[in-house]
Amino acid sequence: MLSVQENLPVEFSEELLAKFAEVVSRYPAGRQKSALIPILHLVQAEYGWLSTDAMDKVAAYLQIRPIEVYEVATFYTMFFLKPQGRYVLEVCRTGPCCLVGAEKIMKHIEKRLGVKEGEVTEDGLFSWRGVECLAACGYGPVLQIGPEYTYYEKLTEESVDQLIETLRNKAKEA
Amino acid sequence: MADEVVKFKVTIDGIPVEVEPGTTILNAARKIGGDIVPPAMCYYSKLEGSGGKCRTCLVKVTKGSDKDPRPMPKLVASCRTTVMDGMEVQNITSPEVVEARKGVVEILLINHPLDCPICDQAGECKLQDLGYEHGAQNTRYEFERRTFDPISLGDKIQLHMNRCILCYRCVYVANQLTGEREHGVLYRGDHSEISTYIEKALDKDFIGNVIDVCPVGALTDKTFRFKNRVWFTKPVNAHRDCPTCSGKVTLWYKGEEVLRVTARKDEYGEVEDFICDTCRFEKKNTSDWVLEAPTQVDKESVIGANHYLQFNPPSVIKENKKLQAANAEQLQRTEPLK
Amino acid sequence: MGRKLLLEHINVPGINTFEVYRQKGGYRAVEKALKTMSPDDVVEEVKKSGLRGRGGAGFPTGMKWSFLAKPEGVPRYLVCNGDESEPGTFKDRFLMTHIPHALIEEMIVSSYALGANTSYIYVRGEMMPQIRILEKAIGEAKAAGFLGKNILGTGYDLEIYVQPGGGAYICGEETALLESLEGKRGNPRIKPPFPAVAGLYGCPTVVNNVESIAATVPIVNEGGEEYAKIGIDRSTGTKLISASGNINKPGVYEIELGISVEEFIYSDEYCGGIANGKRLKALVAGGSSVPILPANLVTKTAAGNQRLMTYESLSEGGFQTGTMLGSGGFIVFDEDQCIVRNTWNFARFYHHESCGQCSPCREGTGWMEKILHKIEHGNGTMEDIDLLWDVQRKIEGNTICPLGDAAAWPVAAAIRHFRDEFEWHVLHPEESQQRNYGLAHYADPLEPVVQ
Repeated sequence: MLSVQENLPVEFSEELLAKFAEVVSRYPAGRQKSALIPILHLVQAEYGWLSTDAMDKVAAYLQIRPIEVYEVATFYTMFFLKPQGRYVLEVCRTGPCCLVGAEKIMKHIEKRLGVKEGEVTEDGLFSWRGVECLAACGYGPVLQIGPEYTYYEKLTEESVDQLIETLRNKAKEA
Repeated sequence: MADEVVKFKVTIDGIPVEVEPGTTILNAARKIGGDIVPPAMCYYSKLEGSGGKCRTCLVKVTKGSDKDPRPMPKLVASCRTTVMDGMEVQNITSPEVVEARKGVVEILLINHPLDCPICDQAGECKLQDLGYEHGAQNTRYEFERRTFDPISLGDKIQLHMNRCILCYRCVYVANQLTGEREHGVLYRGDHSEISTYIEKALDKDFIGNVIDVCPVGALTDKTFRFKNRVWFTKPVNAHRDCPTCSGKVTLWYKGEEVLRVTARKDEYGEVEDFICDTCRFEKKNTSDWVLEAPTQVDKESVIGANHYLQFNPPSVIKENKKLQAANAEQLQRTEPLK
Repeated sequence: MGRKLLLEHINVPGINTFEVYRQKGGYRAVEKALKTMSPDDVVEEVKKSGLRGRGGAGFPTGMKWSFLAKPEGVPRYLVCNGDESEPGTFKDRFLMTHIPHALIEEMIVSSYALGANTSYIYVRGEMMPQIRILEKAIGEAKAAGFLGKNILGTGYDLEIYVQPGGGAYICGEETALLESLEGKRGNPRIKPPFPAVAGLYGCPTVVNNVESIAATVPIVNEGGEEYAKIGIDRSTGTKLISASGNINKPGVYEIELGISVEEFIYSDEYCGGIANGKRLKALVAGGSSVPILPANLVTKTAAGNQRLMTYESLSEGGFQTGTMLGSGGFIVFDEDQCIVRNTWNFARFYHHESCGQCSPCREGTGWMEKILHKIEHGNGTMEDIDLLWDVQRKIEGNTICPLGDAAAWPVAAAIRHFRDEFEWHVLHPEESQQRNYGLAHYADPLEPVVQ
């Protein structure tokens, strides 16, 4: 049970609803529940995380029970159930990446950002966490950043510093 | 001419039985009865889709069928494996099965709080029975047990997630009996929990049946909570003319007071009929009910002990000829104790 | 140089576009199959090819196809499994990134062979870039008339959709994948019924790995018998191997099944030897779930035979001295690696990825992780090693789906072959926190087998 201190009321835009409708059209009539995971990705891309209000509205849209959405959103690790940093650095922590230094990279990120795994930096820009195998074992250490899930491969401490700097600048411009 | 009914012959621990095609090994074993019936913590014959999860009912299929006599390569969940004609199954006669079951019991207990002394389910807990029959004396688990934050499901049903073994029965009850499911299994792996996610009272009619189907003390009746140990209560079958359910229940008496109402359960802990929440929670006076007879209790059960040591039969029996007749043997046995 | 069937044109600029792919002979298989072959003919060719599922289990693809139930009036589905998540495996991502049309082309042919009019490619959600690439490729193929209504005027209709996952290794198990595709938690189904009878939406369904599907392009183009000429025994054709760990040239390689493991590790065509001049300590040959082998069982089997990259040779000796080809996730460990730490890491992975549905896996994977964590951090006892062995035995074979086995095998193999490294951690708790056990005797030549 997650005690929900934070909630975020949402109103899906016409544009987002049009995307939902396209997803639903991929499945046979009456099987609209199949659209749940793709739609949760769309919602998370829009708001950065999945609030209970957002999930309830997805349930209403798909004509399913809210609990069916909670069950799915809590099962899959890509979905965030609380607010995150604007950029979430997800570093692969599984065997093959560890053989080539993933643990060192995670320590470096922790030091560099000054926050523990799962926490958000004060400026709200970053959070980070270790994730399981990202299927890029030959190019490790590796991390990904949503919502596009771009991969950054063969990481070194220098390249991580650079990446963080680039993202900071990108945020300033926006 | 009517089609001849096809029956499959299956042998379990050397005992043959004939069953209809489509019958599971577990139900074939229940037809035989006795010690060779595998235990079932998650399967529930009245809940579609249940079973296969707890793995306590694993058995060994030593011969697949007459047509294809090859044994099955792994132990199978007897609750979800259907019989074939000529199938041969080993349950308690297979050391491999006994060993695997012991392993499953140990694994089910590593994160269980073992708070039986304060658990309302104590005395009618399937996990307690299972541990007693198949478990080891000591646990080899030395790490901290997993715990969950308590959550409220309203004023009728108490959830103790720490005790849950994730049998999913309560989820099937909500799906199949109430139609509008409010609770489910959240998160995954050993963090999985029964929850409503956002605190919500479970109040759909028939939801109270989650209490009856729960094999452990994860879901208990708040209206009975801490009122008494089940072995000090006296179960009596009763019925009422209920507009929503069959109205056939078991009343649990302490003295003259009805402490609890449950559905009637068979020897495998399965209810005869699911009952509505009005019968379960609202009707706690003897006057609400037509009493039938004391509930047959398994003589191994701790509840059975109450039958023998009752010096003074409860007043409901004293006043009711039919109950006196039904309890004649017991009354006679306890006569000298008076 | 071995023959390349899947990656022949991988270095051609623009091969990820329809135009270039088509110039290089792409979509010939669609033309050939839809215009000159019956669906059963295609199935027959795949059967003849001896192709075995490339996702890990190695089940013959043609046979899987022939099991598909075909009741009247019920739709059938082909679902491509692109949930690639087995640690050490990244070939499908490579294929989808660089040569997406190979997958789309054969999705069309396979769907035709199975009589499916709607097919789904389930791709793990983390591979969002690959999902976009595939969607673009589908759009291009549709614009060129290879998808949609009345494909190439043959009267055959097909739509292909890409479905993202949400982050769950278990969805690589085919029935969990189908649950996920139906918008549910990725809990594997209890079988039977098998997907071939009741799969997606209760309809007959075939679930195939990305590489298995792609591999049927050359089979249709050149015939199953030609394909079967490559390889040895029941290991026919070519296979993508994802090579990672402490090697000079990690990456995805297409090999003819049957080359030696030694050649694969040490030749410049493939891994290029162990990185930084170190020596080989251990190998995980087929993804994290297969048994790990010490160096002295890598290039030669216990019986003294040369170890080959085939299903049969890698499993020679059973679990006692062999392993499995699995998904082709080839992870190489050098002498500086700690087997206990790696085993703990893998155990943590399976603990994290267990769906939690059945008790041995839900509770057992966490227990194993905790014991391994204890040993790795210098707090273990000798009894812990025996307990660990016993816990993995209680999981193996007793779960609903193969994740239980996948969690148990690496632990079992690590104890079987590297027990003294575990004991060293117990006996030298402080030293084990400062340095690794090293190569020890793991590369020493094996005693000859005495008849």
